[in-house]
Amino acid sequence: MTASFGSVALALAFATMVGAAIAALVGARRGDERWVLVSRRAVYGACGLLTVCVVLIESAFLRDDFSFHIVQQHSSIETPTFYKLAAMWSSQEGSLLLWAWVLSIASSLALYATRNRLREIVPYATAVMAGVASFFTGLMLFAGGVNPFSTLSPVPADGIGLNPLLQHPSMMVHPPMLYSGYVAFTIPFAFAIGALVTRRLDAAWIRATRRFALIAWAFLGLGLLLGARWSYTELGWGGYWAWDPVENAALMPWLIGTAFLHSIMVQEKRGMLKVWNACLIVATFSLALLGTFLVRSGVLQSIHAFGDSTVGPYILGLIGVVVLGSTALIVSRLDDLRSEKRIDSLASREAVFVINNLLLVALCATIFWGTFFPLISELFTGTKSSLAAPWFDRYTTPLAILLVLFTGIGPLLAWRRVSWAAARRVFVVPAVVATAVAAVLALLTDAGHEPWALALFFCATFALVGLAQEFWRGASARRTLSGGSMPAALVAIVSRNRRRYGGYIVHAGVAVLLIGVAASSSFQTKRDVVLRPGQSAVVDGRKVTYVRPTAHVDKLAFTAGAVLRVQHGGGEFTERPTRRFYRPTGVQGGGVSNYFAGESDSEIGLRAGAGSDFWSAAQPDITGLQRHARAADLELERCLRGGPGVPPQCRVVGAMMRAALVNPSLRPVAQAKIEALQLATAKRIAAGYVAEASPVTFRVIVDPLVTWMWVGGLIALAGAVIGLWPARRAPGGDPELEALKEAKYREIRDAELDHAAGKLSDEDFALLDAELRGEAIEILDGPSR
Amino acid sequence: MDPARKRKIRLVVALGVAVFLAAALVYTSFSASSEAKEPSQLIGAAPGTSYDLTGKVVVGSVRRDGDSMRFRVVDRDGHGQSLPVTYSGTVPDPFRGGREIVLTGEVDHGVFVGERDTLVTKCPSKYTTSSNDS
Repeated sequence: MTASFGSVALALAFATMVGAAIAALVGARRGDERWVLVSRRAVYGACGLLTVCVVLIESAFLRDDFSFHIVQQHSSIETPTFYKLAAMWSSQEGSLLLWAWVLSIASSLALYATRNRLREIVPYATAVMAGVASFFTGLMLFAGGVNPFSTLSPVPADGIGLNPLLQHPSMMVHPPMLYSGYVAFTIPFAFAIGALVTRRLDAAWIRATRRFALIAWAFLGLGLLLGARWSYTELGWGGYWAWDPVENAALMPWLIGTAFLHSIMVQEKRGMLKVWNACLIVATFSLALLGTFLVRSGVLQSIHAFGDSTVGPYILGLIGVVVLGSTALIVSRLDDLRSEKRIDSLASREAVFVINNLLLVALCATIFWGTFFPLISELFTGTKSSLAAPWFDRYTTPLAILLVLFTGIGPLLAWRRVSWAAARRVFVVPAVVATAVAAVLALLTDAGHEPWALALFFCATFALVGLAQEFWRGASARRTLSGGSMPAALVAIVSRNRRRYGGYIVHAGVAVLLIGVAASSSFQTKRDVVLRPGQSAVVDGRKVTYVRPTAHVDKLAFTAGAVLRVQHGGGEFTERPTRRFYRPTGVQGGGVSNYFAGESDSEIGLRAGAGSDFWSAAQPDITGLQRHARAADLELERCLRGGPGVPPQCRVVGAMMRAALVNPSLRPVAQAKIEALQLATAKRIAAGYVAEASPVTFRVIVDPLVTWMWVGGLIALAGAVIGLWPARRAPGGDPELEALKEAKYREIRDAELDHAAGKLSDEDFALLDAELRGEAIEILDGPSR
Repeated sequence: MDPARKRKIRLVVALGVAVFLAAALVYTSFSASSEAKEPSQLIGAAPGTSYDLTGKVVVGSVRRDGDSMRFRVVDRDGHGQSLPVTYSGTVPDPFRGGREIVLTGEVDHGVFVGERDTLVTKCPSKYTTSSNDS
């Protein structure tokens, strides 16, 4: 019943989205505002309908409605509620629905935000957004096998359940974050297409969608970070990045999105790089689609194998249309995309932005080549060959180091031009401190043996000191102007220049993150040791003792664990890594040995610290446990058959079972009794495991500074939020003109700050200020725009 | 030097560097890659060449022996002859009989010897019961 209601809602959402796209195009062709209004309202309406679909699916999960195919396949009665909510996007149809739903929300927000702006561009942008949304909604309806509302008859009693490996808090958040990131890049893409079609190629479309691009970037970044965290804590492997195709697929749009966020500033402020920006946003969106495709297609060998899917070819088709269509459009508009100005000097922020853009694109191109190499080599040599992590590391390490260097250099330079004398003034302190730090590290630590890591520490220190200096000088300048304490001045400059200082905070976060990556990948100690209780091993100066085994059994899983004592210097702490063996759900019978026939996962022991993490995972030898379980099953069977000398509770259950064969209504009771008997047996085996004290393989990792990776990621996220935070807007007036005025006003303020902070010499500032004020007067005077 | 000429030189230099790097990338990728092979293609292969073995772990074939491990792998479609494998190092959580794996290593006397810590196990997107495994 609810399923057919959902199917209708989904079909209506599709029809409404198609209608919105058509209405928008008609409105644009005829220049008729009423059609445009209809299209906007249709998008809102479709968003409402898709919300209904999502609510229906989620409620089916919560109600354990196994008449829904999707619920039966990805949930079970015993799945914890938290994961029932998240189970939707572990399925293909669910993630398509999530795509369409998030896109409809983002489109509605974008259309609401621009309801009184960009009258010419919006209809085409609406058509693009509604077109993409219709595509994904249509896939669910017409591609076959991916309709989230398909039902099962007869209704099964229980579902298969959600893979325990996916039952991790970050798995609840990781996929929706990635999808939101992919999806939100549709908005700037759609407006870019609108701007190209209408030839309105000033920075208006960028101002209107910059926030969406930044949100997409932040979501994608957070998704990547959560995925890394999941890998670090859940997979019993201890790494956080493996250059796996699906990881790369999410990293590539993030890199190009980063380039886009920088180069649009150049277009906003200087009217340059228009072709480049158009290409970047097309590339970002295509890569986001490619990410969706790779996750779901299985063309490349990946640890993220979600089965060969039916939707792959359609998504590939969409990518083809997007790439070819956009390229043709950009080529036909080349005349309108000419830069309004040229770069004045290599010593300017825009020149550094161009360099960072090239580095980011090179990084992405390298990763793209490596990711698709199996297909490329098959094309040329006939065999599928793949590239492993060392190949990726060889190219990405130097590029990443250069990028960190430029995250430090960029903020130190002013827009337009900087005299070399002024540049020297701001570069001295960071360069000296970074050199000193690198020298100390090289002399006193192992860093001297790892030139790449040392280079990264140098560049990251340079960036961090340079950024700190920016904050310091900005706040000092503020104090000389209006007094107050240093912290108050810091808060004031950040809150008044959110984009600028938010961006700096992101840079600092990235530098900190890469310090964590470099340290943990170059100076990690990893050991696999086999220990019996009481034995110990020394890993990187820490004495690790296997104190005693632990075991725990419940209806769902058999957990074998260990208590480890770690002594380091004077300190001592305990870790309890465990390994959990899950019984497959939805399977009848199988006995106690079933505990060892299903999935297993590691609960790692982790002692995180500012200096280093102590990470441990236990891998008990289960052959002994399996043997005991098989013996116990045979024993139980014999016991239930009855005969002389069997324990009385066995005889009772056996009798009940035989009665249940005749009378089915007794079956649940007999089943419960048997389960209880099996649980008791498993508990006996667990006690035996603890008493037996068999050897366990431990993987122990001492990971220096890895904590700073997560901290850096969070700092960068905080910076993005600050940069996103909306400023108070003066009411009334033409919003487009207001935005233009605000942008110019911000440029003047930036120049003043740069001058006060010593980045611009007096002459440079006088010239620049006069230029900017002239441009500002033009804006105020001219209805010419 | 006039600015137009300067820009042209800059562009040529930048393009030259890009082409050089791209060539290095292409060259090294062909020499650094290892071929992906299924077990049936590796039976009787000579030692000395590194391959990426891809296939399915035979259910019930996994034997652990301290730090190292022995198991057999068949083609992904489940047909053909299986190849014995020895491996030591990290074992990802999802590893077990019936799972698809990728492992880098060499064939030595009919046994595939995996390189340390190169075992990749595909993440299942949902439960598969042991009865579906074979």
